[in-house]
Amino acid sequence: MASKAKPQGLFDGTIVAAASVDALRKLDPRALAKNPVIFVTEVVSLMVTLLFIRDLVTHNGMAAFSGQIAAWLWFTVLFANFAEAIAEGRGKAQADALRRTRTDTRAKRYIDSENLGGVVEGVNALDLSLGDVVLVEAGEVIPGDGEIVEGVASVNESAITGESAPVIREAGGDRSAVTGGTTVLSDFIKVRITAAPGSTFIDRMIALVEGAERQRTPNELALSILLAGLTIIFLIVCVTLWPIAKYSGTVLSATVLIALLVCLIPTTIGGLLSAIGIAGMDRLVRFNVIATSGRAVEAAGDVDTLLLDKTGTITFGNRMATEFLPVNDVRSQDLAAAALASSLADDTPEGRSIVALAKGDFGLAEPKLDPKTTVVVPFTAQTRISGVDVAGCWIRKGAIDSILRYLKLPIEKTPVEFRQAVERVAMSGGTPLAVAEEGRLLGVIHLKDIVKPGIKERFAAMRAMGIRTVMVTGDNPVTAAAIASEAGVDDFLAEATPEDKLAYIRKEQSGGRLIAMCGDGTNDAPALAQADVGVAMQTGTQAAREAGNMVDLDSNPTKLIEIVEIGKQLLMTRGSLTTFSIANDVAKYFAILPAMFAATYPVLGTLNVMRLTSSQSAILSAVIFNALIIIALIPLALKGVAYRPVGAAALLRRNLLIYGLGGLILPFIGIKAIDVVVAALHLA
Amino acid sequence: MTFVGWAQIALLLALVVGCAVPLSKFIAEVYAGERNFLSPVIAPVERGFYRLAGVDPAREQDWLAYTLAMLAFSIAGFLVLYGVQRLQGVLPLNPRGFDAVAPDLAFNTSVSFITNTNWQNYSGETTMSHLTQMVGLTVHNFVSAATGLAMAFALVRGFARSTATTVGNFWVDMTRVTLYLLLPISVVGALLLIALGAPQTLAGAVDATTLEGAKQTIAIGPVASQEIIKELGTNGGGFFNANSAHPFENPNAWTNLIEIWALLLIPTASVLAFGRAVGAMRQGWAILAAMAVFLIVGIGVAYWSETGGNPILTALGVDPSAGNLEGKEVRNGQAFSVLFATATSGTSTGAVNTMHDSLTPLAGMVPMFNLLAGCIWPGGVGAGLYGFLVVAIIAVFVAGLMVGRTPEYLGKKIETREMKLAMLAVLIYPLSVLGFTGASVLLQTALDSLNNSGPHGLSEIIYAYASANANNGSAFAGLNGNTLWFNSTLGIVMLLGRFAYVVPVLAMAGSLAAKKKIPASAGTFPTDGPLFIGLLVGVIVILYLLQYFPALSLAPIVEHFLMLGGKTF
Repeated sequence: MASKAKPQGLFDGTIVAAASVDALRKLDPRALAKNPVIFVTEVVSLMVTLLFIRDLVTHNGMAAFSGQIAAWLWFTVLFANFAEAIAEGRGKAQADALRRTRTDTRAKRYIDSENLGGVVEGVNALDLSLGDVVLVEAGEVIPGDGEIVEGVASVNESAITGESAPVIREAGGDRSAVTGGTTVLSDFIKVRITAAPGSTFIDRMIALVEGAERQRTPNELALSILLAGLTIIFLIVCVTLWPIAKYSGTVLSATVLIALLVCLIPTTIGGLLSAIGIAGMDRLVRFNVIATSGRAVEAAGDVDTLLLDKTGTITFGNRMATEFLPVNDVRSQDLAAAALASSLADDTPEGRSIVALAKGDFGLAEPKLDPKTTVVVPFTAQTRISGVDVAGCWIRKGAIDSILRYLKLPIEKTPVEFRQAVERVAMSGGTPLAVAEEGRLLGVIHLKDIVKPGIKERFAAMRAMGIRTVMVTGDNPVTAAAIASEAGVDDFLAEATPEDKLAYIRKEQSGGRLIAMCGDGTNDAPALAQADVGVAMQTGTQAAREAGNMVDLDSNPTKLIEIVEIGKQLLMTRGSLTTFSIANDVAKYFAILPAMFAATYPVLGTLNVMRLTSSQSAILSAVIFNALIIIALIPLALKGVAYRPVGAAALLRRNLLIYGLGGLILPFIGIKAIDVVVAALHLA
Repeated sequence: MTFVGWAQIALLLALVVGCAVPLSKFIAEVYAGERNFLSPVIAPVERGFYRLAGVDPAREQDWLAYTLAMLAFSIAGFLVLYGVQRLQGVLPLNPRGFDAVAPDLAFNTSVSFITNTNWQNYSGETTMSHLTQMVGLTVHNFVSAATGLAMAFALVRGFARSTATTVGNFWVDMTRVTLYLLLPISVVGALLLIALGAPQTLAGAVDATTLEGAKQTIAIGPVASQEIIKELGTNGGGFFNANSAHPFENPNAWTNLIEIWALLLIPTASVLAFGRAVGAMRQGWAILAAMAVFLIVGIGVAYWSETGGNPILTALGVDPSAGNLEGKEVRNGQAFSVLFATATSGTSTGAVNTMHDSLTPLAGMVPMFNLLAGCIWPGGVGAGLYGFLVVAIIAVFVAGLMVGRTPEYLGKKIETREMKLAMLAVLIYPLSVLGFTGASVLLQTALDSLNNSGPHGLSEIIYAYASANANNGSAFAGLNGNTLWFNSTLGIVMLLGRFAYVVPVLAMAGSLAAKKKIPASAGTFPTDGPLFIGLLVGVIVILYLLQYFPALSLAPIVEHFLMLGGKTF
């Protein structure tokens, strides 16, 4: 997808230009009403503008001051709008790229969807309805989301995944789902349409990345309430300050009171809140994960337990040969040679790994076999044996029970060393294979699940964040336990059926925990739906993709971990900027209050710790700082605050220090600096 | 400041905490409805009350039923109290023949006592008959405190329970707190005060001849019994106008010690009982530690400012080493005067043994800030606990987001509904205090009540509304509150401060109880360590400082600077 094609800078020129226009358009109070903080700012900006006009007309000497205040208040609103617009703009660019794949496709629809040998008619893809069956041939674009009912084809799904390598799609099984907008490269398939036009996968993606359907997430809503509450509190503070000041002998001008109000209400976080939300979704999209709702992203941050499939997530998809264990007086070298010869006809990944091990560790060359005297016995799932007959002499390798059956040798009669080797391999979580030559057992090949490098460290990081990892596998408990301990997961579910998975999720949830998992098969669908965060693989079935609340376009189950991190980062960014915004207020008081009462109570000048030049420059500087800080923090809002996998306490301490203490101190410096400039330019 | 002074303060605080630990265990038993060592004596009485009232103690209420029961009880209490005051002229036990209390004053007083405020716009000894004092005021000293603790119980159950629909039974909580907790300690405490010299009689007054030969009428009455519950129930309504500065209410150093101890005891113990109820004492200790920071810093500021004396008097040749003694009983001394002032405002007691009006500006700002924050260190009986927990929830919300999880406190997720209710509750404070202060300074009738002008006059008004709102009841004095304007507006503010605050809190209890309890993990930040205590302190300072800084800077802060410049009001 677009994100893979070209990474966008934070401030791409065209996006900035579009966002600037959008910022103006967003001044519409109906649109702003959903953001109470900025809405209030807009209302009071309008009031100060009117005051400015009055000052201008009456020549009372205040016009220069109220005019500048009015301008900066408008800038505050515009900067907030700009932040939102720029976050949306980044999504829009991606949506446009997706939309190009959706241009009017033609479809060949079977007139009778029950008779797939019958006649097809040409229709527009947008006219397809649920249950229609269409024929898609090589070179054609699949007109809509559906299930293959007949045929097998290689499909280019780069429109969605950005991955140009074609994938095989076939009827039946877990690879039967196809997505509208992708292209059939070879053969033909007959597809039953499962999504009405307008609600296809691509349509949903476009809506999501564009933010058109963006609803405020639960935490965002709760935070909005806090911000609205603070806004009301500061409204009360400012409105009641007028009579209290009057009692004290100062008649405060509305302009000054409004300036104080805007400085106090949390405009910084209020202005950046929706940008943070949009950017969070956007980060996920860039990561090639589509979440069906912002709620799912937030839930990801809350996850307590990760359910991870062993194969493909924790270990590489295939077991690999790691050692040869000869029995009796057989030399390792001979065992390796026999294993190599017998595996030449084994095309499975395991077979290839045996060849690789023999060639690599033992330096054996590819044996030159005379085709005339050689009979190759290929590996089949039924016999589970492969081998060669060279000039009447045979070599076989395969599963222990298959080889013993081939040799007609009961396990009790095998050499003790052989049995010990088999036992050892099994106990360590590996799979033993036997190698035999001419009725004699040569030894055992150790096939092992290879844990992905670095995964153990990731799990340790998860643990530090308080997240438990649970490995799900079809292996027996002994094998599962061995791999679990090697990978460093907290728990495992051995010989797991889809029902076991579902039951485990329910059990954890009843204890108040939130669960994330990923899956691709139809039988994963109930568990995906039950989990709080269910990540379906793009390569999975339609049922799985609909059950989950996220879809991973790269079909990489390890991503679950990053998804959790993105969820956490989203919440952290909100929390940190809220703290920053509120902490800022202290300095603004120290700037504005002494300035307000300089005439009545010159002694309050003691509170003017920043030694600001004049009353007007103090108030103006605070307002300017308040506006500029929004712009300054847009990159942080879009990128998110730095996330580190340390415990909650350490994270809080760090963020409190940076955003709490930083938020307390920074405005003292910022306002002072602006005051110096304001004074130098004689603005006030 | 002297070493002895600090030692006195430290000793008393240690005594409070030392007694609060065992008492918290007892409160937890009362909360859980468990049998305790008093059950053999009291349980039959308790059952009798339930049978009389037709209450099934085993049947619990959801939050709404609990709230309605509490409101119904408070309204009934208000009506009876109002009636008794208006009819006291024709009712018995009126040895000095006082007339009916005026309607606006009776309204103010009734509201004041049902809300556990005990703001007094009257002089008790010259206004209220013994019957009014005993069956009217003293009864509410008990039940308004019991109501406060019952409401805190409901909120604690919200945290302690998982997916529950009920939060307890108001009638049972209120009855049990009164019978098991307040009455037994009060009986012992009253006897102790009598032994130490406080009067307890139904006689009206004693006529005495002074040394100069003049005739003097000295008011007496059932003082000791009202005195102990005044402190224990964080009520503060004195028998005499001079309150605990009066030698009959507070005869000597020992009674002074007992009274400060008594007003801090139950609020402190109930915080620890909260820890027990949620299954982790450390949670209770963390809250208490945050409260202690405010209380002790407050004592320190006030003590420092008071012993620093008044530079204007020093300039006139007064020995500064004596500090500021205006408005103080010399027998109480500076340390125990500022301790009393800080403790009475840190709790919602409002009893005084020194005149807050006469404190130096910064020392006076300490009780004022305590009131503005809602009297939550450690707060009124029950009210302090639920008041502080609301602020803790707001602190947890912000902090929780900063660690990247939906904020949770004690295993309960803090979500939209809780934030809505918490903000609804805390909005009452600035609305009442700043709103009515703003209105009062615009009204000449209100300003006519002031004895002082300038920043000091402003302090008096802010203090009055803050006191009413926090259901404290102490006054900065210097303000004549017995006018139609202040009687009615202070009455309204007391009602808002109590009920408009607590109804959202009870709703929150209901919504928390219904939630699942989430087990803690390394991803949940610990709410029982120094980091959390620091966070709580920081959030409270910022939250309240931001709300009240403008008002405070125009009142005590500017007064302080002006005093340094030689100007007084």
